[in-house]
Amino acid sequence: MRDCEYQQIDPQTLTVPSVPAVAVPSITSPTSSDVLRPQKSTHKLRRKWEVFPGRNRFYCDGRIILARQSGVLPLTLGLVLLTSGLFFIFDCPFLVEHLTRTIPAIGGILFFFVVISLLQTSFSDPGILPRATPDEAADVEKHIDNSGSSTYRPPPRTKEVVINDQVVKLKYCFTCKMFRPPRTSHCSLCDNCVERFDHHCPWVGNCVGRRNYRFFYTFILSLSFLTAFIFGCISSLTYSTVVELVICFFSVWSILGLSGFHTYLVASNLTTNEDIKGSWSTKRGVEESGNPYSYNSIISNCCAVLCGNGGTKLLISFIVQLCMALPSIDCCKYYDNKSVEVNSENCPLPFFSECM
Amino acid sequence: MILINVKRDLFPHTHSLQDMRQQPSIAAKVFIQRDYASGTMCQFQTKFPPELENRIDKQQFEETVRTLNNLYMEAEKLGGQSYLEGCLACLTAYTIFLCMETHYEKVLKKIAKYIQEQNDKIYAPRGLLLTDPIERGLRVIEICIYDDRSSGSGR
Repeated sequence: MRDCEYQQIDPQTLTVPSVPAVAVPSITSPTSSDVLRPQKSTHKLRRKWEVFPGRNRFYCDGRIILARQSGVLPLTLGLVLLTSGLFFIFDCPFLVEHLTRTIPAIGGILFFFVVISLLQTSFSDPGILPRATPDEAADVEKHIDNSGSSTYRPPPRTKEVVINDQVVKLKYCFTCKMFRPPRTSHCSLCDNCVERFDHHCPWVGNCVGRRNYRFFYTFILSLSFLTAFIFGCISSLTYSTVVELVICFFSVWSILGLSGFHTYLVASNLTTNEDIKGSWSTKRGVEESGNPYSYNSIISNCCAVLCGNGGTKLLISFIVQLCMALPSIDCCKYYDNKSVEVNSENCPLPFFSECM
Repeated sequence: MILINVKRDLFPHTHSLQDMRQQPSIAAKVFIQRDYASGTMCQFQTKFPPELENRIDKQQFEETVRTLNNLYMEAEKLGGQSYLEGCLACLTAYTIFLCMETHYEKVLKKIAKYIQEQNDKIYAPRGLLLTDPIERGLRVIEICIYDDRSSGSGR
């Protein structure tokens, strides 16, 4: 090839962030700003999540993500802590004395699972897709204009793909400027496209999507066990137990129902969104579900949904947050020229956004 | 600091900042879209974009994309290891992820290294640059085409 005609680009200088972007996010990541700062920089570096256009809020240097409205998360947490607290303080001594010590132990384990999975569901990235860069959006627009069949004109801004012999329509997201991948939906509350969007849960104050579905499922499952457990362990009627009784009675039915519903969804590899919309409903006929994502086996579906590569640790979500698309990797603008307007839109680094 | 210094030692031909003034500008960008034929698994289309016709071998390009597809398939593979990880994580209320790197993350690192390597060996000498898809939310493989700086005439 004619490689001698091209001025060799040193990938190190242009793509320095690409390796650190994966490897660096860690407790020491604040120091990486020193690593990546250009030598003659007088510019302040900002992190990508600081200029993220969605409605999320970020804490702990981007490790914790919350929706704009935290919904009734404080209420959820408060109810869990109140009920469990009353149980441990007032009921457990009596139960330990008259029954066995394992009761508070089991209660403690369930409480731990509930609180940890609630916090994980609320604070982790549900699978937010970063918005398309202007270049990417322009490329997509170009293809929309160029393509078009002579026979059938689909409504504008949809694309059809065939997945496992099923035709799936991909919609164009006007906010994120991209064709949404299959099973992705745009959450208007968070103003993001979320992969494998299940629903936006006000009780946890976050969307439930691909990356945090397993946390959500663990949360509702453990919560149903906890409420049933506390409900079952109430042995006397005092002021505290009446409070517990009331809370548990009203929550156990809804939580158990929700757990049952989500167990069904997990077993059939469906999302709440798809189920509500009836995307793969029985209108297709007598044959079993037209869901192209199902493995047609309960065990495989459960394993895929719960053990799949979704909800990995916060660092991955940190990376996703950092993976804001860039309009151009023009290192001259970045390293060289103070007089060029460099802003969050045209910063070449995926890791940091530069602001003048 | 350490990261850049190590790189400079290993790659002594690194340009200095002054040299970067001569860095070529981007002529065009090509976006390799996702291939959804096998569902939500991360796979990219191997169709050769016409813009790259004069720059690189079709086979070389397809080889790169195919290797990336295989790597992503390996990352998302549901096998013994992912089940084990899943079960262990479930038993510890997923707190194990705070100290353990998952199989998926390990393969992502492998992918980043592979792309770096491909850029160093094959793409950069031809005036092209691959961007790791993770930096675009696993939506596209962005390939930057740089200006041909051959003496005199442009292309």
